[in-house]
Amino acid sequence: MISVALWLVACLLALAPVGIVLSARPRGSFVLYGACLVLTATLCMTALLHLLDPAHPVLRATLPVGLPWLGAHFRLDALSAFFLVVVNLGGAAASLFALGYGSHEESPGRVLPFYPAYLAGMNVVVLANDAFSFLVAWEFMSLTSWALVVSHHREAENIRAGYVYLLMASFGTLALLLAFGALASGPGYDFDAIRAAHPSAALSSLVVVLVLLGTGSKAGLVPLHAWLPLAHPAAPSHVSGLMSGVMTKVAVYGFVRIVFDLLPEPQWWWSMVVLLVGGPTATLGVLYALMQRDIKRVLAFSTIENIGIVFTGLGLALAFKAQGLDWVAALAFTAALLHVFNHALFKSLLFFGAGAVLEATGVRDMEKLGGLIHRMPKTAFAMLVGCVAISALPPFNGFVSEWLMFQAILLSPQLPSWGLKLIVPAVGGLLALAAAFAAACFVKLYGISFLGRPRSDVAASAHETDRFSLAAMFALAALCLLAGILPGLFIDALAPVSKAMVGNVMPHQTGLEWLTIVPIAESRSSYNGLLVFLFAALCGTTAATAIHRLASDRLRRAPAWDCGYPDANPAIQYSASSFSQPIRRVFGSVIFAAREIGEMPPPSSPRPARLTVEMRDLIWDGLYAPIANAIGFATERINILQFLTIRRYLTLVFVALIVLLLVVAL
Amino acid sequence: MSSLQFDIAHLLAGSLVLASFMMLYQDRLYALLNVYAMHAGVLALSVAWQAYVQQAPHLYLTAAIALVFKAIIIPVALHRIIKQLGIHREIENVIGIGLTMMAGIGLVALSMVVMLRVTPGADALAREDLAFALSVVLLGLLIMVTRRNAVSQVVGFMSLENGLVLAATGAKGMPLVVEISVAFSVLIAFIVIGIFLFRIRERFDSVDVQALDRFRGERR
Repeated sequence: MISVALWLVACLLALAPVGIVLSARPRGSFVLYGACLVLTATLCMTALLHLLDPAHPVLRATLPVGLPWLGAHFRLDALSAFFLVVVNLGGAAASLFALGYGSHEESPGRVLPFYPAYLAGMNVVVLANDAFSFLVAWEFMSLTSWALVVSHHREAENIRAGYVYLLMASFGTLALLLAFGALASGPGYDFDAIRAAHPSAALSSLVVVLVLLGTGSKAGLVPLHAWLPLAHPAAPSHVSGLMSGVMTKVAVYGFVRIVFDLLPEPQWWWSMVVLLVGGPTATLGVLYALMQRDIKRVLAFSTIENIGIVFTGLGLALAFKAQGLDWVAALAFTAALLHVFNHALFKSLLFFGAGAVLEATGVRDMEKLGGLIHRMPKTAFAMLVGCVAISALPPFNGFVSEWLMFQAILLSPQLPSWGLKLIVPAVGGLLALAAAFAAACFVKLYGISFLGRPRSDVAASAHETDRFSLAAMFALAALCLLAGILPGLFIDALAPVSKAMVGNVMPHQTGLEWLTIVPIAESRSSYNGLLVFLFAALCGTTAATAIHRLASDRLRRAPAWDCGYPDANPAIQYSASSFSQPIRRVFGSVIFAAREIGEMPPPSSPRPARLTVEMRDLIWDGLYAPIANAIGFATERINILQFLTIRRYLTLVFVALIVLLLVVAL
Repeated sequence: MSSLQFDIAHLLAGSLVLASFMMLYQDRLYALLNVYAMHAGVLALSVAWQAYVQQAPHLYLTAAIALVFKAIIIPVALHRIIKQLGIHREIENVIGIGLTMMAGIGLVALSMVVMLRVTPGADALAREDLAFALSVVLLGLLIMVTRRNAVSQVVGFMSLENGLVLAATGAKGMPLVVEISVAFSVLIAFIVIGIFLFRIRERFDSVDVQALDRFRGERR
């Protein structure tokens, strides 16, 4: 089965040069995305079959490429199978969406060759079983996604996004390189050898910190997130969906693979670090998201939030595993992985919806949208499902994973360590705050963009998107609902992963009455998505029928917002900024140093009054700007070296050689 | 190895260092070239002696390459170049012979200390050879640093390369391919540098590298 997977990945790679040829053809993008769809769907099915195989075999393969004495090792176990499912489900959905969306591409030659290569890169990261292949694939994934980010290179903003992304990606890879260097110093690069070795506690702790830096910078953990809200929106929408929904998950995979699998038994304080990064990431990410007006930026910041939730779950799993409570660790770990899967579903869905809106209107600014529910009813419906799911409302899937996470948090009093006993509830509070903010954020996104009246002509003249894009969105929406009402199936499918990584599994869920899920014990807590769904559907239908039967079923259109302003301008509607203003007033003055400047002209002046809001990104100002300034200062000093004479260069080399020899001699 | 063989190897490698010292203070180009030809000749002898001592027939080939290319072809070609460029009368202001010689002696001492410290396990011949080779390399670099004329910098580079060959032949079991490729790379470097010399000359009417610096608008 692993050979099938590798052949499919090789086909994806081989599609990249074909993309160059196809980009010149009129139907080229259709053919290429169709091929990608077939390949990723097959890969997804292959991985799913492997994940559901009751024997849970671990398959290995070695290819004679890469380092000559090492070769490239690949391994397909439950963990990589699960992440292969996530990657290729996202890839298949993005390819299906792009069948329609990609035909509007301005310069297909800048997207088509890199798209399959990017998919292949992510697949190889998940399959790699030695440090060298892992790093090469990781870097390949970063570079191809960078090429996709700068594919619309005419906009200066995108170039800047690409630059920041490239810098952060190199930083992340450097951290991972050092981590693997520390791990492989004794046993060599093969993951099997690293797994068998027993590094010292100090070395493993160093590796954990480096891995958190390396994978965290790719996943978007605060404060390493600065590139993410720039780069993800800059790419074409289907690629944005892949980057947010899938590539951040590949980073999570890297973290899980190294920390849970390759390293020996965890220390309890590792979990403190992860929790202290994960919780604030969730809250800060969604606070940033609330302040944005650009749809795709909102989604990108919300990705940061969800990554924070996933890392919190992983931190909990580490904490419970280190303290010997592996049945709770299994719960937290399963919740984190389920959230990985769920987020891949709804974030791809939402980015596709944003892409459809962008394609229909040409704008990403919410303040220019509005009323799209009448012009794009199907897209609006799919987006509604995505928004409800990501806001963690039952009966959709977002609720299940976050609910499981809270079940694990509620078990924190059982932890013996006092530090963790105090921190875990605090992190739980941050997660609860983040969940509430996320709901507010998506009410804003949906309400401002899709409801109300159009705020611009482009929004008024929008049209429904094509049927392939709709098919992709509806498929994802259906999966969101399915995972929400039948979570037991998904939890049981994750059991082998949890068994391999934390050494225990959650109780078996399928077969319980009414498909209820019971994470710990029936007396404690249980949740039944199916019943909630049936109840909500029944109530909704009954109420709608009753209203339509009892009241007039005639459709009436009356002027909206007709409260004393009969012929009002759409600009007087509630706007995105006004929606988030209360939250900005409460949190913004500290976190964003937000200031509102009201400028009232004197009574005789005809000038309009103005209200400006100034917000600063304190993390950028406090962390990134000083580093950038220091580097700029140093390069200016060193720049003199570029303009020396030939003899001075020779002298420099000579003196350096002499100094080195003196070091050896003395 | 008998002590006579060792002494002869020692003598030849030492003469190479001596020749390097002679090159340090030659301020006329022809004289510099002649010393360089002698330098290469001594190298060929030394390599041939190593071939005899180590009973490694392929080293004779290396010696022949050194003799033909470095001691004959390259000096003759450089002679012609100097004549064509019309710079055979130019006298270079070397930094100051006394100072340069002192620096050279310091370098030789440094390379001795380094080699004795780094290679306690190696056999005596290889140790001495490596120490001398490092001295020749460092002296070659010193020649390059102290000269301003491009031709003499080329000669310094060639003598540096001689040091490398000496080091390579001193180590037993160095494959022939490596030596041949080193020899060819030097030949190609020579050709490229030769072409560049003429191009520089064409543009600036001089092979003084200061002209290049002036062209780049450098402040000195």
